[in-house]
Amino acid sequence: MRITHVRLVSQIFFVCLFFFFCFVTQFSYLKGYPASLFLEVNPLVAIATVITTHALYQGLLWSLVLLIPTLFLGRFFCNWICPYGIIHQFTGWLFNKRGITDNIESNRYRKVFALKYYILIGMGVAALFGSLQIGLLDPICLLFRSFTVVVLPTLDMSTEWFYVRPHVHQLAWVVGFMLVFLVGMNLVIPRFFCRVLCPLGATLGLLSRFSLWRIHRDTVKCVDCDLCLQRCEGASDPHTNLRKSECFVCFNCIDDCPHDALSFDFMPNVKGEVTGPQLSGRRAVMAGIVGALTFPFSRRSGDVDKIFKKEVVRPPGSVAEVEFLERCIKCDQCIRVCPTNVLQPAMLEAGIEGVWTPIMNMRTGYCELNCTLCGEVCPTGAIQKISIEQKLGIGQFTDLGAVKTGTAFYDRGRCLPWAMDLPCVVCEEVCPTSPKAIYSREVEITNRWGEKVVLTRPYVDPEVCIGCGICEHECPVEDHRAIRVTAVGETRSKERSLLLSMMGETESGGGCCGGGEQSSGCGCSNSSAKGNDSLLQIDLHQTT
Amino acid sequence: MERREFIRRASLTGLAVAGSTVGAGLLYDPRGGGQYFRDELIASAKTLPSYAVDRGANAVTMAIAHGTDPDEMVRAAIGAMGGIERFIEKGDVVLLKPNVAFDRAPLLGATTSPGVLKAVAGLCREAGAKKIIVADNPINQPEGCFFKSGIKAAADEIGAELMLPRPSAFADVKIGGDVLGTWTTFYEPFAAADKVIGIAPCKDHNLCSGSMTMKNWYGMLGGRRNQFHQHIHGIVSDFPHMVKPTFVLLDATRVLMRNGPTGGSLSDVATGDTLVVGTDMVAVDTYGYSLLGRDAANLEYLHRAQKRALGTMDWKSQNWREVQVG
Repeated sequence: MRITHVRLVSQIFFVCLFFFFCFVTQFSYLKGYPASLFLEVNPLVAIATVITTHALYQGLLWSLVLLIPTLFLGRFFCNWICPYGIIHQFTGWLFNKRGITDNIESNRYRKVFALKYYILIGMGVAALFGSLQIGLLDPICLLFRSFTVVVLPTLDMSTEWFYVRPHVHQLAWVVGFMLVFLVGMNLVIPRFFCRVLCPLGATLGLLSRFSLWRIHRDTVKCVDCDLCLQRCEGASDPHTNLRKSECFVCFNCIDDCPHDALSFDFMPNVKGEVTGPQLSGRRAVMAGIVGALTFPFSRRSGDVDKIFKKEVVRPPGSVAEVEFLERCIKCDQCIRVCPTNVLQPAMLEAGIEGVWTPIMNMRTGYCELNCTLCGEVCPTGAIQKISIEQKLGIGQFTDLGAVKTGTAFYDRGRCLPWAMDLPCVVCEEVCPTSPKAIYSREVEITNRWGEKVVLTRPYVDPEVCIGCGICEHECPVEDHRAIRVTAVGETRSKERSLLLSMMGETESGGGCCGGGEQSSGCGCSNSSAKGNDSLLQIDLHQTT
Repeated sequence: MERREFIRRASLTGLAVAGSTVGAGLLYDPRGGGQYFRDELIASAKTLPSYAVDRGANAVTMAIAHGTDPDEMVRAAIGAMGGIERFIEKGDVVLLKPNVAFDRAPLLGATTSPGVLKAVAGLCREAGAKKIIVADNPINQPEGCFFKSGIKAAADEIGAELMLPRPSAFADVKIGGDVLGTWTTFYEPFAAADKVIGIAPCKDHNLCSGSMTMKNWYGMLGGRRNQFHQHIHGIVSDFPHMVKPTFVLLDATRVLMRNGPTGGSLSDVATGDTLVVGTDMVAVDTYGYSLLGRDAANLEYLHRAQKRALGTMDWKSQNWREVQVG
């Protein structure tokens, strides 16, 4: 059995594993599967978040499992494990109509392949300032996002395999056509994405500089036929001076060499090799400058602080916005696992830095009260792994109060009982807190025909409201809802708080019944009963 | 030009001309489709058959069981109605419709108790039911609701099929009620069933005051349900017109006394230790409303339904039984 066959088996296994993880990242199937594994072994995610946060978060320690072998072997990940690379290779193979000579030409190294290093430099410098942008092009983030936002919803249209109630994602077409473009480019330049754009490949390329095992060409046996380039995935020039940083360790060159001149050797003579990426210093500096400017340019746009947009309602357990942008890798696993479809990939709502980060859109869904799955799958801690008790502010978290993602406000010009003398209060019906954050007052009014009518008009109690948005989701005023949740009042940020009463650390911090202030008139009959409710919540860790 | 070539080319063009003309003729639509022609929509709509069984004029129409063990209570109440065999025949496909509207643990009283559902399913199995379907179209996310309410576990345990409200399971159904004309309905379970049993919890409701066996059928509708609240009593009183179940069961083992229909706190729930089985939803709900400590005389939808002869609020005038278990 040839080693290239073993490689093929590995590729099929890992691409299937990736599809499997995509599929099970869902309420009913997640169970205990390590669905974030591909992101956790990803050294780029680990290194970039270490740069932004100065710490290696939880599962990202697994990145050593990939990083250390890379130091020995080189970029084997790209052609043995990476599911996106495999899709590119497969597409290129499937549509390849070139003859041998053209194949050889298409696999020669080109200067443009250095672009990925400049991209990495730009993103790395931006990360130094606290702006994490690697997720835009990291292949695992990009592929998971594409599956979440467009591939699975597309497949679901005819099969109903993935959702009970179909999910939609704003600007799915952008993600969709980007996927089609990047995959389609394989017809023009084989492994276009991997060779030209991939910042993870660039990272692994840098790490391969001192690899102990490398492709070695026996110049005595070599007849310079260039046949080794026929199927060279990385365009690493095995026919002449090997570029180790470009080599995907696919072993095709060894297979294709008719004279057995090539071998994968332990510590071969590296004289004549192009050991590291060939970069122009000027361009590298330029890339660094662009990366450095990203930070002041975007932060002085004000999206993070003074003019943060009301639509940027982050999922429950999210860290404060500045830290969020240091952690979120835009992989959109949270969006995939969200059972209600409330999570959406942002476009420019959260500023240029927040593209593809998760925000809540109450028209597509709402935050399910007893659910913390988004934090559960988040590989970088942008959304913390909080328990149901913590989210609801019950049990031992009673003093802290519930995690609020925002606050609901009525638009009385559009609300049926307020503006049109019609009964409604669906919002009150579905409000999940106890006591409900939405309450109503009965008023007797004289309608336009002179008849006395009793109307129930709703109000929001901002202390009890957790910003879950089910009121907005169920509001019958479909296009621009009569009750809307905005980010103000969210727990994660003092700057965005609303109520003075909720600014304290512990003293009555939880609003109603929080600090045992029975005089608040909140209607809670007894705070200990509220605490006991923690027994009723099913812990998703154990039972899904 | 050769004659042969002339004929070939001329006839190809002729065929194309004829083809487009015939095609245009076949596809010609002087009216245009769309929502302006309600008759077409209604013509294609399904109707729901009656799932009621004829048990004679003097049959017991309502049975109340008090106790603590749901299994025994279900058995006793249905026994007082004449036994499950009076309702379910061998080989029947039975649809059980619990209220699983919210993502709540069973103890919070916002959903049908899994124990009661299991007990009813058990009896249906004993009567020889071929297949049992459990279905609801919850307000919250369906999989979460079925999971956290314990209804999925109960359905799995009794080997019932859980039908989830996927888009393809819906169809327009002609209801012909006071408010509901033709409406998108969770039709697939109805189509599959020979018998239908509604199993509803007994709950406070913020808008219509009580959510019981009539209101339970809300969960079989789709579409823009959030408009129903503009005419809630009209809608709820349409339900006994829309669905003629084999029988209904009011699960008042727990009663959600306030903060309904969602509840959310144990302090909202009272122990009811009661279970009511009946064939007249108006009667059952009239009784059930008293368990909420309220006077049925004030519940508009009951009056509306009674006025339309869909049931009677005067359950005491009917043939009813009350049993104590354990």
